[in-house]
Amino acid sequence: MYELIAQYPFLAALVALVGMGLCFGALLGFAAEKFKTEGNPISEQINAILPQTQCGQCGYPGCRPYSDAIASGDAAINRCPPGGEATIAQLAILLDVEAIPLDEEHGEEEQAAIVAYIREDECIGCTKCILACPVDAILGAAKQMHTVIVSECTGCDLCVEPCPVDCIDLLSEETTVQSWHWDLPPPTIIATDRESSLADEEKAA
Amino acid sequence: MRKVWDFHGGIHPAENKYQSLHTPIRQAGIPAQLTYPLSQHIGAPAKPIVEVGQQVLKGEMIARADGFVSVPVHASTSGTIVAIEERMVAHPSGLPAPCIVLESDGRDQWVELRGIDDYHQLDKPALLEIIRQAGIAGMGGAGFPAAVKLGVNPQAGKIETLVINGTECEPYITADDILMRERADEIIGGTRILQHLVEPTETLLGIEDNKPEAIAALLAAAQGTDVEIVVIPTKYPSGGERQLIEILSGKQVPSGGLPANIGVVCLNIGTALAIYRAVTHGEPLISRITTVTGEALEQPQNFEVLLGSPMRFLLDQAGFQAERSTRLVMGGPMMGFTVMDDEAPIVNTTNCLLAPTETELPPPSPTQACIRCGLCADACPASLLPQQLYWFAVGKEYEKLENHKLFDCIECGACSFVCPSSIPLVQYYRASKAEVLQARKDLAKSDHARLRYEARDERLERESLEKEAKRKARKEAAEERARQAAAAGNEAEADPIQAAIDRARAKKAAAQQAASDQPPTGETPPADAAQLAIAKAMAARATNSGQSPLEKAEAKLKRLRERLANSETKLQQSQAADADDTIINALQSALEKLRPKLAEAERELASLQEQNEA
Repeated sequence: MYELIAQYPFLAALVALVGMGLCFGALLGFAAEKFKTEGNPISEQINAILPQTQCGQCGYPGCRPYSDAIASGDAAINRCPPGGEATIAQLAILLDVEAIPLDEEHGEEEQAAIVAYIREDECIGCTKCILACPVDAILGAAKQMHTVIVSECTGCDLCVEPCPVDCIDLLSEETTVQSWHWDLPPPTIIATDRESSLADEEKAA
Repeated sequence: MRKVWDFHGGIHPAENKYQSLHTPIRQAGIPAQLTYPLSQHIGAPAKPIVEVGQQVLKGEMIARADGFVSVPVHASTSGTIVAIEERMVAHPSGLPAPCIVLESDGRDQWVELRGIDDYHQLDKPALLEIIRQAGIAGMGGAGFPAAVKLGVNPQAGKIETLVINGTECEPYITADDILMRERADEIIGGTRILQHLVEPTETLLGIEDNKPEAIAALLAAAQGTDVEIVVIPTKYPSGGERQLIEILSGKQVPSGGLPANIGVVCLNIGTALAIYRAVTHGEPLISRITTVTGEALEQPQNFEVLLGSPMRFLLDQAGFQAERSTRLVMGGPMMGFTVMDDEAPIVNTTNCLLAPTETELPPPSPTQACIRCGLCADACPASLLPQQLYWFAVGKEYEKLENHKLFDCIECGACSFVCPSSIPLVQYYRASKAEVLQARKDLAKSDHARLRYEARDERLERESLEKEAKRKARKEAAEERARQAAAAGNEAEADPIQAAIDRARAKKAAAQQAASDQPPTGETPPADAAQLAIAKAMAARATNSGQSPLEKAEAKLKRLRERLANSETKLQQSQAADADDTIINALQSALEKLRPKLAEAERELASLQEQNEA
């Protein structure tokens, strides 16, 4: 054996390398099949950040399709108005890209959470809003009054457009004693800046 | 003498307790109107069980607990419910909240009370139920429902130590002090009920050494019991639950955990007293001791006040001088908040009403920049880094705030107190806590929405698949029938259209046969209605062919008029006969359709006539 290798060193090296290559190739191929990842893990992570309003303002039929589009590089990260700047910042960190301002073309960021309400005595029971709701948050049947399950509504406003009698309002939730919370104190201004800010205020006045 | 430990940090603000301790507890009496907020504590608001106009007696339940972490509300005097609506409450937001409003009748008539002579006879769930039904929520500060605290989950392990909190460390407040002086027996009685309920190995009542009279009263009352009165050095905030537990046991409650995790349960002396009265006398929690103090009052003192009384009612009795007062604070100067409206009611956490003058509690001086002196970190009783938390709060770095244990902050205000730049640190922490909680809530909501969206997608897909499968099944069934028919050799049945055509042909042939069989009498045979109609139509066409367009139009108009008249009589008949609505509707719609047709025909005729004349 040793003599054979000594006699044909080039051939021996070739056989050894090709043999190793085949072994490792087989191993890798097996591992790729055995430990295959289901779905797209990046898209999953993006979808977890998106606000799940399912409003379609991004131009995709829901948050999942938009996250797929971001993952495949087809869509920019700034097309989600309900998520706003906070979502863009999180996406930028996740994907390690620059945070860009919200694309106004797809809508403006809402400040307060909104929820759809049906003016129930005007509802004619056409079921059009029920079909439009992406999260099945509207309750009702044909020719029966409909109502929004407020706790399930994402405020996506997809039900407003199809309503033939315009009886759906999007209202922001009222602050109650339970939901109220302290605000951050106004930002502190150091003495030198305070003078200039006072001057600015006077000018504005 | 028992060894006491110390906790990190803490401060020694001016105590200002003597002002309100000159006189014993005074009964505040019954105000004309009382207001009961439905939410007086942490947890779900209570549900009203009374109606406007209803008469209630003192101690009657007017709102029941709604959920596990919730307590019922009781009327604190007899009278009439005059409103259930939004009223001003004592809350830092200054927002109104749903309340039950009671107009007292002055008779102060109790409901029938059923006290228990020997609580040892009762099992624990029954005792807990009494405490729950009595509406007892923690009297210390946060107002956590007592029954929930006592009904600790079994997996937390056995409770080794029962701690009764008589510390009252906040400046100005003396409500607990005077309660311990005057009603030590009842406090010890309540503690013994708690011992029976919790079965601890040791019971410690912690009290600061600045209350010698109260200590003496408690020692006398606790004689012969195994309740140990532990005197601890005065320091703010040793009355914080976690701080007191550390002082008494040397053990720290783990971050994010509960005292039960280290085998301790801690209750306020006011709560112990309320439990005593609930169990032995059957009285629900309808009154409390409130310190009314501050330099804007002529006689600062402690009142026993019915819950629901307006704050104004107490202030007037203490000689309130509105012109000297700058603001009204509920709670002490450290943790209290400014009340917007002095008509707001006293609730079970109102331990103090502070009406300071401007010199006494000056408005905070303007905030300056943080100089990183680190005094706040020295003062923090929770061993946090207030300065670091402040920077993260300003930068809205919520993840870092959580990593730096923002939620262990007890909002005692020690850091703000020592801050040389007078930065309102606690407000930063409160706002940041709310933001973090909101973000958590949003995340939970978006997860929930995603699940619903996915479920809906799945459902839509399933429905369309089912539809497709049904269509396919129908098609296959039809093909199968056709094949079977073909196999049976019946060609006609194999093709239904062909079969129908054949049937029609056969019929026609038979009719012709019949017609030719009968002698021509000039009358069409009545046997076949179709044949009759065909014959009529052919006759009409024959006459029509000879007519001018004008004549045709006239004939059409005439026919239409006849039909209209016909329909009208039919309608009248069916209306007279009280026929089915659908029939009447159908007739009416037929009439409606006929009328425009008639008008059209008339127009046509007129135009034709014009043409003719021309």
